[in-house]
Amino acid sequence: MTDTTNTEPTKPHRSQWADVWDQLKAHKGAMAGGVIFIVIVLGVFIGPWLWPYDATFIDIRARNQGPSFAHPFGTDQLGRDTLARMMAGGQTSIAVGLTAMLLALSLGSFVGITAGFFKRLDGPLMRLTDLFLALPILPLLLVMMLLFRDPLSSAVGPERGIFILIVIAIGITSWMPTARIVRGDVLALKEREFILAARSIGTSNSNMIKRHILPNVLSPIMVSATLGIANAIITESALSFLGLGFPPDFPTWGRLLNDATQYLQDYPERVFWPGLAISLTVLSVNYLGDGLRDALDPRIRGR
Amino acid sequence: MLTFTIRRLILAVPTLLFISLVIFLLLELAPGDPMAQVPLTVPPEVKEKMRLALGLGEPMHIRFWKWLVQFFWVEPQVLFDHYFGTAYAEGKLRVISWQTRSPVMDVVVERLPQTLWVVGMSYVVGILIAIPIGIYSAYRQYSVFDQAGTFITMIGYSIPPFFTGPLVIVIFSVQLGWFPFIYDTTHVVNDWDSFVYQLRQMIMPVMVLAMQTTAQISRYMRASMLDNLNQDYVRTARAKGLSERVVVVVHVLRNSMIPVVTVIALGLPAIFGGAIITEQVFSVNGIGAQLIGAIQANDLPTVQTLTFMFAFLIVFFNLIADVLYGILDPRIRYD
Amino acid sequence: MKAKTLMLGAAAAFAMAPAAMAERGSDGHVNIIYWQAPSILNPYLSSGTKDIESASLVIEPLGRYDPNGALVPYLAEEIPTVANGGVSEDLKSITWKIKSGLVWSDGTPVTATDAKFTADYCMHPEGGCAQLAKFEGVESVEVIDDLTVKVNFSEAKPNPYGPFMGGQSPIIQAAQFADCLGAKAPECTDANFNPIGTGPFVVDEFKTNDVISLSANPNYRDAAKPAFATVTFKGGGDATAAGRAVLETGEFDYAWNLQLAPDVLAKMAEGGKGTPIAAFGSLVERLEMNMTNPSPDLDADTRATVAAPHPFLSDINVRKALSMAIDRNLLVEIGYGQAGRPTCNLVPGPAVYASDNTDCLTQDIAGANALLDEAGWVKGADGVRAKDGVRISILYQTSTNAVRQDFQALIKQWWSEIGVETELRNLNASVFFGGDPGSPDTFQKFYADVEMYANNFDGTDPQAYLSMYRCGNEPKPSSQWQGENINRFCDPAYDALIDELGQTSDLEKRYELSKKMNDMLTKDSFTILPLVDRGRVSAHANSLGGVILNTWDSELWNIADWHRVN
Repeated sequence: MTDTTNTEPTKPHRSQWADVWDQLKAHKGAMAGGVIFIVIVLGVFIGPWLWPYDATFIDIRARNQGPSFAHPFGTDQLGRDTLARMMAGGQTSIAVGLTAMLLALSLGSFVGITAGFFKRLDGPLMRLTDLFLALPILPLLLVMMLLFRDPLSSAVGPERGIFILIVIAIGITSWMPTARIVRGDVLALKEREFILAARSIGTSNSNMIKRHILPNVLSPIMVSATLGIANAIITESALSFLGLGFPPDFPTWGRLLNDATQYLQDYPERVFWPGLAISLTVLSVNYLGDGLRDALDPRIRGR
Repeated sequence: MLTFTIRRLILAVPTLLFISLVIFLLLELAPGDPMAQVPLTVPPEVKEKMRLALGLGEPMHIRFWKWLVQFFWVEPQVLFDHYFGTAYAEGKLRVISWQTRSPVMDVVVERLPQTLWVVGMSYVVGILIAIPIGIYSAYRQYSVFDQAGTFITMIGYSIPPFFTGPLVIVIFSVQLGWFPFIYDTTHVVNDWDSFVYQLRQMIMPVMVLAMQTTAQISRYMRASMLDNLNQDYVRTARAKGLSERVVVVVHVLRNSMIPVVTVIALGLPAIFGGAIITEQVFSVNGIGAQLIGAIQANDLPTVQTLTFMFAFLIVFFNLIADVLYGILDPRIRYD
Repeated sequence: MKAKTLMLGAAAAFAMAPAAMAERGSDGHVNIIYWQAPSILNPYLSSGTKDIESASLVIEPLGRYDPNGALVPYLAEEIPTVANGGVSEDLKSITWKIKSGLVWSDGTPVTATDAKFTADYCMHPEGGCAQLAKFEGVESVEVIDDLTVKVNFSEAKPNPYGPFMGGQSPIIQAAQFADCLGAKAPECTDANFNPIGTGPFVVDEFKTNDVISLSANPNYRDAAKPAFATVTFKGGGDATAAGRAVLETGEFDYAWNLQLAPDVLAKMAEGGKGTPIAAFGSLVERLEMNMTNPSPDLDADTRATVAAPHPFLSDINVRKALSMAIDRNLLVEIGYGQAGRPTCNLVPGPAVYASDNTDCLTQDIAGANALLDEAGWVKGADGVRAKDGVRISILYQTSTNAVRQDFQALIKQWWSEIGVETELRNLNASVFFGGDPGSPDTFQKFYADVEMYANNFDGTDPQAYLSMYRCGNEPKPSSQWQGENINRFCDPAYDALIDELGQTSDLEKRYELSKKMNDMLTKDSFTILPLVDRGRVSAHANSLGGVILNTWDSELWNIADWHRVN
């Protein structure tokens, strides 16, 4: 039996991604985080198809109920089903988190790689980054909400308008750290031998970025991504708290938590669900991010 | 190093001017109306007169120029007068809030103490808790302590203060009756008892805010320690026979502190910005409350002045962080 | 239980009154919390309730309204009327006599010159005075002698109690504000933050938008009052924190305007440290029906103007059915609790002006359905009623506010039960009430079929309020969308009543006319559907006596009588 392993032909070529996957699988926290995150996402997006109650349906006789068979999470002050509202709220919160993160990430990576790769653009782009870093984020967000909410909501409808606005606001105020980190990594990479080798065989700039630079800066980008989702969900809830986010009849996890806070003493179970949902999402994404960072870092991989 | 600092300082001037213009234009374009909160019983003609009295009738560029003069020329004179008893600013128009009809800077000065007490203290407390957690978590990576630390700090990070605030109020003020939860800004600390009272009224807002700081700083500390623990110099130090304690505390910690110190420096401007939500929950009425109140009342001069001051602090502390980085880490050279 | 505490409180108030008389400042310190922080102590530069009420501790008018809406003299000897000769027969002037021997807190005497100065200060063309409406129609103010001031109106004024009456129009000291006229008004920060007054307290320290420290006025006209030596007037936070501080932890003695969900307030009251108190004024949450067509298909000059009548809301049966489908009792229970009561009146008080109109209080879905069937509005395949191709599909807008959105959701549900389709919309309050003629979303422009908001009138006389619904007073393009007849209601018979009211000084007759006009707008035409008479709920600590909640004037109108109860 021991012979067979030795006589076997050399292992087939394994892609980098298979290595990453192997490493990730070994990271228990990351696996648990990933599974929980997928369950949450599926729950909020597929759940409403299976659940009989609509998030806006009012059953005035069933208001302020505790958990029961008909309403496992209870009902709110108008008799709306909390589970249905949690799912509707989750759709918005997760959609805001994912899109805002994608926006910030693509902006950040683009600026970072361009600045790091093309020396001439480095100065202007980094000054731009400084400018955005210097613009105070929360006040800027508040002013943007004030400024664009009404034109946008009259153009594409109130909920979608605010959705776009919140995503853009969070996106363009959180790309700068990613850009800085990516730029630093690209600058270091440019001096490495394999890049010199690639250049010596006449690789074009676009190919160089696509094939050699981008894969090597994925690690910091992935980490920013996981923290970005969490940040976006929390920022959205803070904006809603300040009355500058989604309108009050439009559920998001942040708003549900905020609304429930005043009933803290009467119906403590009401704060529990949105609080749990936000924490679980942030925690699961964070563990997933931890694992991904370890898996993507070739120095750590295989240890 | 010196030329780098000087060049950055000079570059900061146009950057700041540009930022002030951007903020001004943003506010100018905003659709709000400072008269929106006036009750409906006040007739429109009266509102129009009130609007004119605020100076809203003048064109945009004149108002921007006025603000620039007031902020960069008159306000420093007022400060100078205050310290040297001169009268350069006598009779000159300062930046006046539309809401309170008083100079914006006077209100800022009035509110700095409580902002620094609460937000500043929470930053210090947060750092003091975060650094040991970060060090130990990294040293015993994936241990129970590390996992628990990550878990608790991330929960602290993911629960917004508008929930933790009322929660601690209900527990510690209403149920247990230990602490007051309406912050008394007129309280003067002059003896032991008043100091104890100040501690008691600060403890809840400080704890709520420190949770966020702790989570962030401890993550950075842990990551930075992990980076250094695998370096060759650590192996060398251990091979030399140095005790584990010396290796970790003297060698690794010192090098790991470099990025953490800059992160801490970059977070300092936020202290002056106050904490909008926590201030509201505990009625601290610091600078954050001033800003949000001004935004809600469309008090443009106040919003403009406050946001610009934050921008200034951010640019300034960014510069400090970069310089600090260069001083602490001799490998980094700015050219 | 509640009645009992009230009675105990009242008994205690009587029992303690002599004790409190004993000495000024004998009861120590009192803490007041307003969750909106006062930003200035000059009501002429701010119309915020928080500013007017905090200023009422320091500066006083010649007369105030009491909790029943009756007039009581403060700095004046008596309230001038036609009967006592204070108001001229032609209703064109009013003469006030100031009490003799009154002094400001700095010891100088109060004279008629101060009153005249106050009028000049507010009526200055460049001052941007927030209370200018109080001085509307004033032609001149004359000083007759040291203690007599006469206000002349340019035309007959049946309600001459605008200037110097109520918390919005207190007397300020001429000497202190002499250099603060007109454009210089906002620069007088010291005077605006620390006015010299005649009230029971003087300002020690004013931290704008935060806290005011006050102490008893040594020159207050009643040597035995106020019972409290010092006051802390804290502002900021939110209504929940304010309620908690009085009702649950006892950190504060008085909390203003606790706009909280009814069950939250009830739970807090179980804390046992304090008592919530409620009183009602004239604030009515209502649904306004648009009598003109807001369709975006119309061009800008006809959209929502009288040129285009509304396709279905111009049918009174539709408006009536919409009103019948609403359960006002439930709205109150969910949104306001103790702080509201269902109403069918636009003018819900003072009691003498309120019509006995209670028909709308019972919900009648079946009746509404029958009414619409009868009127020829039949349900289509989609369950929405239509007639001649016009579907009853309503755009229902209001400002962004949690209670209002709950109301919208409920009303939408009820209307769907009578075959009315509803689209909900909520707009940021600063835009909705902002009055910007360029914005399509203001309540004046009314680019919707139905809108909901609350409005009230100043003082106790509804004349100006009811006169808003005159033909031609509607917002329209030619008036830059300014105007107060939001519904675009127009009825010549109503206009005739407005004119009649403007010339009537006999009170009984005025009550009758007002009731008639109220009914024309509500139960006769269903142009306005009143929903909730919104009162004020405040709370005081059980150890604080003498509090009488007043919605017609400053809540702190009688703070000189407040005292400790043991």
